[in-house]
Amino acid sequence: MKKKGFPEDRHPLLEQLSQLRRNKTAVAGLVIISLFVLVALFAPVLSPHNPIETALYDQLKPPVWHAGGTMTHILGTDDLGRDILSRLIYGARVSLAVAVVSVGLAFVIGTLLGAVSGYAKGLPDNVIMRIMDMILAFPYILLAIVIVAYLGPSLRNGMIAIGITYVPRFARIVRGSVLEECEKDYVTAARSIGSRDFRIIFVDILPNCLGPLIVQTTLSFASAILDAAALSFLGLGAQPPTPEWGAMIAKSRALILRASWVMTFPGIAILLAVLGFNLLGDGLRDALDPRLRD
Amino acid sequence: MAAYIIRRLLILIPTLLGVSIIIFLMLRLTPGDPAELLMGERATEAALEEIREHLGLNQPIHVQYGMFLKRLMKGDLGETIWTRQKVWIEVKQRFPATIELSLAALLISCFFGMIFGIVSAAKQYSIFDYASMLGALIGVSMPIFWLGLVFMLIFSLHLHWLPISGRLGIDVTLETVTNFYIFDAVWTRNWPALRDALWHLIMPAFTLSTIPMAIVARMTRSAMLDVLRQDYIKTAKAKGLSQFSVIFKHALRNALIPVVTTIGLQFGVLLCGAILTETIFAWPGVGKWMYDAVMQRDYMVIQGGTLFIATLFVLINLFVDVLYAVINPRISVQ
Repeated sequence: MKKKGFPEDRHPLLEQLSQLRRNKTAVAGLVIISLFVLVALFAPVLSPHNPIETALYDQLKPPVWHAGGTMTHILGTDDLGRDILSRLIYGARVSLAVAVVSVGLAFVIGTLLGAVSGYAKGLPDNVIMRIMDMILAFPYILLAIVIVAYLGPSLRNGMIAIGITYVPRFARIVRGSVLEECEKDYVTAARSIGSRDFRIIFVDILPNCLGPLIVQTTLSFASAILDAAALSFLGLGAQPPTPEWGAMIAKSRALILRASWVMTFPGIAILLAVLGFNLLGDGLRDALDPRLRD
Repeated sequence: MAAYIIRRLLILIPTLLGVSIIIFLMLRLTPGDPAELLMGERATEAALEEIREHLGLNQPIHVQYGMFLKRLMKGDLGETIWTRQKVWIEVKQRFPATIELSLAALLISCFFGMIFGIVSAAKQYSIFDYASMLGALIGVSMPIFWLGLVFMLIFSLHLHWLPISGRLGIDVTLETVTNFYIFDAVWTRNWPALRDALWHLIMPAFTLSTIPMAIVARMTRSAMLDVLRQDYIKTAKAKGLSQFSVIFKHALRNALIPVVTTIGLQFGVLLCGAILTETIFAWPGVGKWMYDAVMQRDYMVIQGGTLFIATLFVLINLFVDVLYAVINPRISVQ
């Protein structure tokens, strides 16, 4: 008999997720991420100035606590007189969007390939996994750099490049989980009642592989933000005047002695955003993926 | 063991072929005319025809790949577009600089990473443990291109302790033998040059070591904690051995197995980080060369450099796997 409302009735995944509240790392990560998401959502309300509007007379104004700093530009301005704080706030939009799009791309393609690979086994599995091995034969961001070098530098191509390089991690995880799940009785049961393969993979099996996938997605958000910033820093991602943190640092290199604040704040923003996702990912891993617990 | 190594070497062949196919296809599948991509938009029709002829771009694609592979077998990576140099010769010139930087970073990250990891595990849940693990998390989240600039600002521009960029000061002469400056300086007993080369190496190496150091620290800690829970450690403690001896003689050896793999895998992180670090510190290695090539759109350099780095990466990973099998005999049986 079903007893509604009893804790043992809850989905095991929800049960594990509810333990997250007790995990300080995860909570800290979640707080940081929420902050960045809020800033990104309310960017037009929060930012005191237009992030791409240049002002000739306000060039390189220092932050408010430096001599000569004013409250109009709390974190100072860059060499074109643009307000740093506003650019940082809009930069949160760019970075989060890049992370969502590129990881989303990798997630969808990787999950599909991994599921097909693990379920079909044999030749398709071999072909897909060898292609994944080829992608993994390139050290992380190098492949992204090369892809962008060919496609041409832009934020969109940067997202595509990062997405492609992240496909294998998702494919491998899903394949592993699907292979494991396929041995279980419920899959045999589903087959014996005549479920179609598509249904078995996506309705029966995949929900049971969610744990490791959620962990990988969170950690990939962190590395996607970092990699996108690195691409933009190299001039291969966001193009001016887009307020992107990595691109802001790249532009500040020439001003390093005269106006160090132009360089300092975007770096802290990247560090904090990446740290937030890494903290949450670590916490999630402890809660959802006991095999990886340390 | 021999069978395992041979099996791994055989897997190497399709992987490397795959790498070459990806790199080969990248130029051909990019939208637009590959010849124009190589020569630039303002190239004359005659020049375009010449490069098409030279690279066989008029041939069917499988013939092109055959030619590409044949040249690779002979060690011919083509010529750079702008300087008309052999790509292979340019790689050879710059490679020692990258290896010197990467090895220095690897040494730094292993040394500090393992110390932090071991002490954290031995004093689990202490202030030191929390602080160093938080530090490690910050380390893996670090945009190293930014950290490099911060180091530069503090240690070169404000404190004037370290040189700002390059491998050697202009007032220092060094007779190069291998292009590994540290080695060359010791070899020729040129102590002022050795000091200068080391001084130039410190900042880029520490910048590059940040992420691997954090990863090694976390891995060492968790591997040590795993081992410290086991019965033979209890036995060792019960025998009355000192904590030092329990940790370094009994626990560390077994904990090292996963750590060695992790360290091996850091080479990929280092090679990628080298592109960023070398760019910031004007370090004349393969990474900066690749970056310059991307900026100048020298696709022959990009192609050759990528092929070289990817091959190196695959070989190092193979080496790590074999090393892993040597220190952990259980692997090769499976």
